[in-house]
Amino acid sequence: MTIVDTGMDTAVQETRDGSARRRLTSGLGPKAAGRRVRDELARVVMWLAFLVALVPLVWILGSVLVKGGHMLFESTWFTHSQRNITSSDVGGGAIHAIQGTLIQGAATALMAVPIGVFTAIYLVEYGRGALARAVSFMVDILTGVPSIVAALFIYAVWVTTFGFQRVGFAVALSLVLLMVPVVVRSTEEMLKLVPNELREASYALGVPKWKTIARIVIPTAFSGIVTGVLLGLARIMGETAPLLILGPYTKNIATNLFSGNMATLPTMINQDRVEALQPALDRVWGAALTLILLILLLNVVGRIIARFGAVRT
Amino acid sequence: MKIQRFGRMSAVALVGALALTACGSDNNTTSASGTAGGGGSTANIDCAAGEVQAEGSSAQKNAIELAIKNYQSACAEATLSYNPTGSGAGIKQFIAGQVDFAGSDSVLSDQPEEGVVETEDAAKTCGSPAWNLPMVTGPIAITYNVPGVDKLVLTPDVAAQIFQGRITTWDDPAIAKINQGVKLPGTRISVFFRADESGTTENFTKYLSATAKDLWTADPSKVWSGKGEGKNKSAGVASAVKSTEGGITYAEWSYAVDNKLDIAQIDNGAGPVELNSRTVGKAVDAAKNVGKGHDIRLELDYATKEKGAYPILLVTYEIVCSKGQDEAKTKLTKSFLSYFSSKDGQKSLEAAGYAPLPEEVRTKVSASVDALS
Amino acid sequence: MSGTTGAAPTARRDPFGGGPSDPQGTRKTGRLGDRLFGGAARGAGLLVIAIVVLVGVFLLSRAVPALLDNRANFLTSTEWSVGGESQRFGIATMLWVTVASSVVAMVIAVPLGVSVALFITQYAPTWLARPAAGLVQLLAAVPSIVFGIWGAYVVGPYFEPVQNLLNSVLGWTPLFSDTTVSGSSTILFAGVVLAIMVLPIVTAMSGEIFAQTPTTHREGALALGATKWEMIRTTVLPFGKPGVISAAMLGLGRALGETVAVMIILSALADGTAWSWSLLNGGETFASKIANGAPEFTTPLQTGAYIAAGLVLFVLTFVVNAIARVVINRRKAFTE
Repeated sequence: MTIVDTGMDTAVQETRDGSARRRLTSGLGPKAAGRRVRDELARVVMWLAFLVALVPLVWILGSVLVKGGHMLFESTWFTHSQRNITSSDVGGGAIHAIQGTLIQGAATALMAVPIGVFTAIYLVEYGRGALARAVSFMVDILTGVPSIVAALFIYAVWVTTFGFQRVGFAVALSLVLLMVPVVVRSTEEMLKLVPNELREASYALGVPKWKTIARIVIPTAFSGIVTGVLLGLARIMGETAPLLILGPYTKNIATNLFSGNMATLPTMINQDRVEALQPALDRVWGAALTLILLILLLNVVGRIIARFGAVRT
Repeated sequence: MKIQRFGRMSAVALVGALALTACGSDNNTTSASGTAGGGGSTANIDCAAGEVQAEGSSAQKNAIELAIKNYQSACAEATLSYNPTGSGAGIKQFIAGQVDFAGSDSVLSDQPEEGVVETEDAAKTCGSPAWNLPMVTGPIAITYNVPGVDKLVLTPDVAAQIFQGRITTWDDPAIAKINQGVKLPGTRISVFFRADESGTTENFTKYLSATAKDLWTADPSKVWSGKGEGKNKSAGVASAVKSTEGGITYAEWSYAVDNKLDIAQIDNGAGPVELNSRTVGKAVDAAKNVGKGHDIRLELDYATKEKGAYPILLVTYEIVCSKGQDEAKTKLTKSFLSYFSSKDGQKSLEAAGYAPLPEEVRTKVSASVDALS
Repeated sequence: MSGTTGAAPTARRDPFGGGPSDPQGTRKTGRLGDRLFGGAARGAGLLVIAIVVLVGVFLLSRAVPALLDNRANFLTSTEWSVGGESQRFGIATMLWVTVASSVVAMVIAVPLGVSVALFITQYAPTWLARPAAGLVQLLAAVPSIVFGIWGAYVVGPYFEPVQNLLNSVLGWTPLFSDTTVSGSSTILFAGVVLAIMVLPIVTAMSGEIFAQTPTTHREGALALGATKWEMIRTTVLPFGKPGVISAAMLGLGRALGETVAVMIILSALADGTAWSWSLLNGGETFASKIANGAPEFTTPLQTGAYIAAGLVLFVLTFVVNAIARVVINRRKAFTE
């Protein structure tokens, strides 16, 4: 399906082009050279652009690997927290932050996925008229909410209005605002890909609409939905702005979403990022690498599911 | 169905990852009295259990981190978290009831400021008066990065002009005049200031307005009133100076030391004074307590002309409710603060670039901690 | 527009109680199930509306009192002194820094992203096309705080000579004139890092659309004797134009709202610093201003000033995202 020429093909094509051109534009011969030069130039520019785009990628991954890679091989990195480790101490691990990131991500997904999937079902299967248009419009607005604004909103509700503590759950709430639009849009796309014939066949057999959706439409689009969810999750796990406002850091392991501070990888990076001491800097880059790997893992799983379980049409 | 299996697999993987991570360990056994620990004995700590959260001044971050480490090493059941988000943030979160105590470089103000009286608001949250307890004293260093110049003397007037952007190059005659014999380059001066609201900024501008009244006319405040470029947190300005030739900033001593930055000597009129624990101790001893009862407020004489006293100091406080609401938390706070204000606790801070409280003040603080209920 | 696919006929038949031959039982559970399921779907939709309305009401309720209390012109003033008896604040500086850094990002990311997309879809050998696309997408997996520390501490020192060169060659233009900001904590450098951050978005979206260019168009152009580049210029690019525009807009939306990376890289300026058009100056964007100020929100009016700024950012990103969506939808209407 992808139309990519191999070098061979192109060469053949060009001679063919050449002859065709000669026939078509006889008398304009001298221009042919200029056109070929321009063609070659474009090819070189495209290759260069690709190589230039690789530079930041290699550079950023390289520096994170070089500066933080060795931390992952520390015996305590995946088993210990930072309790009793000051900026000048070597040692400790990132398990408290990894755990916090995963727990908050899971809590966010638990709330955002039902809201997002049902909203998408509404938009595709039920929605008509003004209400559907309003919902679709609101999802667009939500997409545009900067993460810092979402965090301010939750702070105002959770802390200022209700007087609750800044806990992991509040962070999850603000992340829900950011994740819902991603889930809605990707699920919507997937549901639209489900062929209408499937729905019609189901209705023709007398299956009620909700069963059709739950048993036919959703399973057909399931892998696409999961991919969307994982990509959404990958996006919100790297978010830092809401954590600055709602998620104070702690060096201890914390698993309670509703009480106490909970560490996350972004706040762990933020805590020590301006330190000058080597042990602290090592931990910053180690945490950065861990976070990238975590997000990458979600992306890869998402893409594998997308590739092998695509909607069959 | 094949498609569903993928979903189930990923769900299983996610749950598995969560389960896998649920068995980490908090038990880091770095020696409690390591190099930075300075040999602080933790033998006679009266331990309490539970979890306490604190937030505030980044000037005391290194000190309180050390104290927490020593305390927690002795008391495995206790968990203390300190977030160095800045004095302003600490006070705000304390008043909002978000933290159990706040760290601040300046006491709660009892004058209406921006329409709020901090002491009243804090008392409202606590249900009892909030006390300011000085816990850590430390000098503010004027640090600079001028290659080839490892000794620099500044007078208040010159410092004020530099931080106001009136002196723009290092070879300015005003600097040269007080640094005879030093070869100053023509590098442009880059002033860095704290972009976040900070008690360090407030104390530093207090110093400037007390010693260079005619030049520094802005009221001392947590928001920078001079010129320059803003960076976040003490560590941010320090690392900016480190990476910028011609840079200058004000930061707590420990950050200057960590970044291996040169520190200017200060001449208040009685000759240049180098920053070291002796000159700091001399100035701290002169601090006067102007608080009432268990609320302790130290007043510093920034314009001191005493020979050998380093004048730019900062006292950072812990702000606590005199009567706590939660018994367990109060017990832990009290237990921790009494270690922090003990002789051992104070002594261990020296290695981290802080000065112990003068003994007279320390006993008062200890008495106040004992009176917490 | 395209929200209602094949569901309509059945839904309309429902009010009549299903078909005449519908067994009683199925109809009953069907109806109850439909009501529950449909209700849940509708509820989720309503919840989304409620959330957005709440966010909007909250932003406005905080911003309006502060705006009414403001003694300076909100849109044109460069002052920012909030708190205290009389607040004076304006967004001119923030607006400039936000827009300038995002535009710098777009100027770099759009041509580069489009070229990379063309490379992946048109030029790359088959074995390379998919890995190449994957590689560029790897950039999207890097969280913004990592971009921030990498930019500020790793790349910054290397970028400084570039800036000095621009300053010495183009220093006579206002855009590259001298400033008091040192090192690479400049709008220009923030823009460069933002460009890298939005590159995967621009590449992925324009690539997607380039790949959809009808084969007949492409082959037609080649058959008429066009070189490959001429084929791209006459078929792929015109076909992909709306996609490129919306890709650029979505990238712009991301760049405008980016918080942490910008906060780490840019130097804030002291109040009262003279206005400069220079890209080599520091400053704060809407998002970084809020993030820097957030820990210190004390009084409602002071907070309101920041939230008013947040509101402007919100409107700005929304408009940009809306343009992107309109362009996408219009193209869909054409092709379907």
